[in-house]
Amino acid sequence: MLEIPDWPGHVAGQHVDVRLTASDGYSAVRSYSIASAPNSKRRLEITVERLPDGEVSPYLTRELAVGDRLELRGPIGGWFVWRPQQTEPIQLMAGGSGIVPLMAMIRSRAAAGSTAQFRLLYSVREPESVWYRDELHSLSDRDHSVGVSYAYTRAAPRGWPRPPGRIDAALIASTTWPSKLAPTCYVCGPTAFVESAAGLLSASGNSPDKIRTERFGPTGDRQ
Amino acid sequence: MSSQNYDYLDGNAAAGELSKIFAIDVTAAEGQCAHCGATGRFAEAHLYMQGPGVVARCAVCEQVLLRLVNVRQRVFLDVRGMTYFSFNATEP
Repeated sequence: MLEIPDWPGHVAGQHVDVRLTASDGYSAVRSYSIASAPNSKRRLEITVERLPDGEVSPYLTRELAVGDRLELRGPIGGWFVWRPQQTEPIQLMAGGSGIVPLMAMIRSRAAAGSTAQFRLLYSVREPESVWYRDELHSLSDRDHSVGVSYAYTRAAPRGWPRPPGRIDAALIASTTWPSKLAPTCYVCGPTAFVESAAGLLSASGNSPDKIRTERFGPTGDRQ
Repeated sequence: MSSQNYDYLDGNAAAGELSKIFAIDVTAAEGQCAHCGATGRFAEAHLYMQGPGVVARCAVCEQVLLRLVNVRQRVFLDVRGMTYFSFNATEP
């Protein structure tokens, strides 16, 4: 959770760049999706996955303490965003930690009292790797306008009807909006996931200009 | 799934760096590839960040659209891979 006195406000789906600078002047920049809904409190939540050989994430997850200062740039991005004025059905597809900006959209929907119909298809390796599990569970329980489906790629819970595996056309057909409803689709995850998921959405009849994507992965050093 | 090597990100990842140059968000900007003529949002371009700078390539033909390199105190921007780059002037 970050507090930014002069934060101009953000839209769900945007990200920030975090810059760390060492005492010798060496600096590294990484992009992190904003997980929190837009609010007036000048507070941001980002969710950081620690990469064992990362340059930035070990610091953010282990060393950083309450009261420390960070250099931020943002909010960034005006394409991979959901705004409460949108009333069409929304199809979200997350691969792993790609859930973060989509969670901001789900939270933004709730915060704004939107009645837009949301569906989320969330692909994870195993049940333990689900992020925001309780929040997603209570949201979809309380409000049937947010439908959550899971796809397990390595290990599924006992009794799960579908054997572990990647998202395929049958799963798209059974869990996502029919393309005739012309949903706007947001797909976020590692590049291989995004290419596969966006391809399946397109093959099932969704128009490519209704499919918005955000790819992430470990990035190289940037100045 | 194919064995293709997905070593790229997309235009969203360059937006912070490009915000040093452009006053308007680039991810929603539309560009036309000078090589194949495809048009698309910059957010959907394939982005390679492994080199000293960033290279954006057309998602259709993989030719270079844009290069951005920082050399000491100067920023070099090469956009000759696009015939145009069009921005929504009403949005920040």
